[in-house]
Amino acid sequence: MFHRTAILLLSLCLSVSAQPASGIEAELAALKSAVRSSQSAGDNAWMLISAALVLMMTGPGLALFYCGLVRKKNVLGTMMQSFAMMAVVTLVWAVCGYSLVFARGNPFLGGFDYLFLHGVGAEPNPVYAPTIPHQTFMVYQMMFAIITPALIAGAFAERIRFGAMLLFSMLWMFLVYFPVAHMVWGEGGFLSAYLGGRFPVFDFAGGTVVHITSGFSALITALYLGKREGYPHEKMVPHSLVLSFIGACLLWVGWFGFNAGSALAASPLATSAFVATHFASAAGAVSWMIADKIRNGKASALGAISGAVAGLATVTQGAGFVQPFSAILIGLIAGAVCFLMVSVVKEKFAYDDSLDVFGVHGVGGLAGCTLTGVFATRAVNSALKLANGQAAPLGWIDGNPMQVVNQLIGAFIGISVAVAGTFLALKLTGLVTPLRIGKREESAGMDLTLHGEEGYNFEA
Amino acid sequence: MLKIEAIIQPFVLDAVMDALKSIGVDGITVVEVRGHGRQKGHKEVYRGREYNVDLLPKVKLETVIAESRKDEVIRALTQAARTGSIGDGKIFISEIAEAIRIRNDERGEAAL
Repeated sequence: MFHRTAILLLSLCLSVSAQPASGIEAELAALKSAVRSSQSAGDNAWMLISAALVLMMTGPGLALFYCGLVRKKNVLGTMMQSFAMMAVVTLVWAVCGYSLVFARGNPFLGGFDYLFLHGVGAEPNPVYAPTIPHQTFMVYQMMFAIITPALIAGAFAERIRFGAMLLFSMLWMFLVYFPVAHMVWGEGGFLSAYLGGRFPVFDFAGGTVVHITSGFSALITALYLGKREGYPHEKMVPHSLVLSFIGACLLWVGWFGFNAGSALAASPLATSAFVATHFASAAGAVSWMIADKIRNGKASALGAISGAVAGLATVTQGAGFVQPFSAILIGLIAGAVCFLMVSVVKEKFAYDDSLDVFGVHGVGGLAGCTLTGVFATRAVNSALKLANGQAAPLGWIDGNPMQVVNQLIGAFIGISVAVAGTFLALKLTGLVTPLRIGKREESAGMDLTLHGEEGYNFEA
Repeated sequence: MLKIEAIIQPFVLDAVMDALKSIGVDGITVVEVRGHGRQKGHKEVYRGREYNVDLLPKVKLETVIAESRKDEVIRALTQAARTGSIGDGKIFISEIAEAIRIRNDERGEAAL
């Protein structure tokens, strides 16, 4: 009797508990999916804004920064170089650029899986950014591809033909940007830190991919194309530092999308990168102003904004790896080093890197790449795990001095590809069309001769 | 009739206009110009590169007056435009053959 009652009770209990159990599971599953979708909503909102901020860096940010530094007669031509990248690189990126960087391929170049954005839709890509639509990731990365060749244009300002500039930039994307971006950021890339690279290079937001490549390519283009007519004896002063000022401030703001957005989520890491970015920019401006005051007697406005941009370019690589005061140190170093490059070293060698792309982005990028190896710390970024599941030490201050070597290897490869690829792209462009505008066109200005317009039309 | 051409510092323009108005000089033409006298230019530094800027911004003020008012106008003008430092500018005076008011064909000093 007792035995039967016990069985009855037990089965009753089981049946009673089984009923709610399936209800709880369903609820849990619903909760989990709600959490996932709300995280995705938050992350996606931040990433779309970041993408827009990075586009704002090219236009109007960089367009204004550069156009203020050239002479009146070239203001439109210079702005057009930035703007054209917004249009043309977008199309190339959609057709094959994204695939060649982020599709699985070999260690040096991506494959063709995402050709014509095949399979790039609302579903997240778990390899790169598991919480945002794949398409958001694609369009965010596109903005980086746009600004990189636009940066180079400062080196050959005021003297290149428009068509030649477009052709060169497109070739450059294939020969330099796509390979280097894949090596550093792509799945299985040669220099990838997280996705199975041979030499892990920490490049949070493109110190190597964007600034080293554009900076060193800029130097090659300046040497290859030669100086502007009349340089250096003729007076070539910036026609409107006011425009450059507005541009630099837009760059500063846009850089939050560039660096903090590179966390690929609205996460604490994004905050950390945001703070590091801002601190380095501030420190860069201060250190350039001090250097200016010491050497030239006055803290110039152009110096202050150049210092801020130098700080930003330099902290890009380490933004998501370094602590706030490391970022300040990086900014201080950036301002001083880039100041020396543009106002002392450039004079010595007398090359005409017209708007100092090499001095600011090339040298700043290289310094930032190296300093990331020193200051990167797991206290900021614990994504890289050891075999036992603990966060791996990142930079020298974390007890991993070898990382400096890895960073230098990454920089060396980035520089090599940039130099060789740029040279080849210039040669190939030269076979199709002359690179430089003629002497008479150059003295009349790009606006009239290349575009048939004037930036400032006083009769209107 | 005399034409007074005064090349002055841009920042004294308001004071000069007030001074001329207060003594009843009504017709004034002003243009922004660039140039230099003995003062020559100044130095500007952009990213460490020095440039000598020879042509400095100035204002050229023109007015035509009756010959009898010459001293009074010159006094008002120089007093308002003088800072005492190099670069204060110059005044040039020349004869005017005729003045014609377009609206009604008035001639001579009546047209001023």
